[in-house]
Amino acid sequence: MSLDKEKIKHVAKLARISVDDAKVESLTKDLNSIFKFIEQLNELNTDKVEPLTSILNQSLRSRKDEISDGKIREKVLKNSPKENEEFFVVPKVVE
Amino acid sequence: MADITNQSLNEIIENVKTKKVSSTDLTKAYIKNIESAKKLNTFVTTTFDQALDKAKQFDNKPNFDQLLPGIPLAVKDLFCTENTKTTAGSNILNNFIPSYESTVTKNLWNNGSFLLGKLNCDEFAMGSSNETSHYGNVINPVGDQLVPGGSSGGSSSALAADLTPATIGTDTGGSIRQPASFTGTVGLKPTYGLCSRWGIVAFASSLDQAGPMTKTIKDCAIMLESMSGFDEKDSTSINKKKEQYSKNLKDNIKGLKIGIPKEYRVDNMPKEVDELWEKGKKILKDLGAQLIDISLPHTKYALPTYYIVAPAEASSNLARYDGVRYGYRSKQGKDLIEMYEKTRSEGFGDEVKRRILIGTYVLSSGYYDAYYLKAQKVRQLIKKDFDDSFTKIDAILTPSTPSSAFKIGEKTNDPVSMYLNDIFTVPVNLAGLPALSMPAGVDKQGYPLGLQLIGKALDEQKILNIGYAFEKNCGFKNEIKKWWS
Repeated sequence: MSLDKEKIKHVAKLARISVDDAKVESLTKDLNSIFKFIEQLNELNTDKVEPLTSILNQSLRSRKDEISDGKIREKVLKNSPKENEEFFVVPKVVE
Repeated sequence: MADITNQSLNEIIENVKTKKVSSTDLTKAYIKNIESAKKLNTFVTTTFDQALDKAKQFDNKPNFDQLLPGIPLAVKDLFCTENTKTTAGSNILNNFIPSYESTVTKNLWNNGSFLLGKLNCDEFAMGSSNETSHYGNVINPVGDQLVPGGSSGGSSSALAADLTPATIGTDTGGSIRQPASFTGTVGLKPTYGLCSRWGIVAFASSLDQAGPMTKTIKDCAIMLESMSGFDEKDSTSINKKKEQYSKNLKDNIKGLKIGIPKEYRVDNMPKEVDELWEKGKKILKDLGAQLIDISLPHTKYALPTYYIVAPAEASSNLARYDGVRYGYRSKQGKDLIEMYEKTRSEGFGDEVKRRILIGTYVLSSGYYDAYYLKAQKVRQLIKKDFDDSFTKIDAILTPSTPSSAFKIGEKTNDPVSMYLNDIFTVPVNLAGLPALSMPAGVDKQGYPLGLQLIGKALDEQKILNIGYAFEKNCGFKNEIKKWWS
């Protein structure tokens, strides 16, 4: 299959990345060559193969549902590009 | 005494222990080297004052029983370091100062070492030449127009240029082993789960592993021992007893069975790579190992599989960079969605954006089965190839890379040709196995080339032992002239 410019703009929207019209052209070319490479996989018949979801021979551990951390609001907010004393601040969402 | 910084980590540790050099003098010697090597652009951040303080503390109250007594270390800028900026090579993290320390770096510090600075890398570890870093290209000390490999390119370059006695990188598809091969150094990607991923900026969580990059095999064993271990905070960390890799290092490999996979002889591979592989086989055979031809029939599908799995996981992991909680935020954007879109567009570089888009696409509705599920199935076949082979062999010997270091700019216009660099390293990540790249020779231009040893899961000791025996008999010496200072 091939990816056209509209499709790429749609995927960029899904990924929340704005893409300039000027860049869509080269992006289309690059992604199509990558997908051509990826699609070699279609040579293989994998009908009877189980997908590999974990390479570890162990299931994920669970831990006790206990509070082990907290009261570090200052630390959590420290790297925020915009905050007031208690919250992360974002552009207005609700009118 | 003679220049201590060109010695191996093991020799330096001995010199500290026997008080031939103090931690402070050692640290000063590295600072001097780093300051005269700005051309290489290996460091994103230096922490000299902090390092000198730690060195002084060590000298005042030395503990020589530690694995890394008073040793300054620079690390890849993908490891979160408490109160020291951590960029992951990206503009989107240009002001990020973690309030916590990654488990592997904490382990290193707990063994007596301390931070010298943070090393440049490809943006979010996505690259094979260090050319995707927001903080500029890194130069390979082997030659002034050469890339140091990637993504741990600052690490390989700094190590080869004597700017740190050893270092650590991360390897998602070859990011430790390929740069090690390009700089004539040793790099190990451990078994998935041996080193904690906690506090490492995530790229592809089912593939990412941290590992050592060093000048010698012995150094590699010391570093692996220092950084590895079970960590509750990583849900895929393996809970097992800690190994003493350096103490248990042996150079007797008599009777070991070494697999030689026919699929690793690829089209257009330079003759020298093939010759080097032959040389490697001969050395191991002369040491009493038995060579066995094996087949890993799905090898050619490893890279296409990787370029579905890794971007899919990356697109999910990198969704967190939204300009709200940390990192860069665009000044543009009238509403929340537009702020996200502008932030991510301005904050990420081209290669990262490409991979996020690939990942978003292969996971999107209607395409998931055709791409992502398909890739997971092929990943199973790739793992099975290794499982089948390892019933009859102890380790596998292959070239590390299909070529030596290339020139800056040579492959930047063609993503697929860049991806092909990792053709020999990627299968190991998909199967979760440990693999070592060790320097083995040079090509006709004099650029280093490495050979790769692949082991069974958790069989790091065995591949280190084979590497140790190989190193003693290979006669490789890294001849780097300090043209930059």
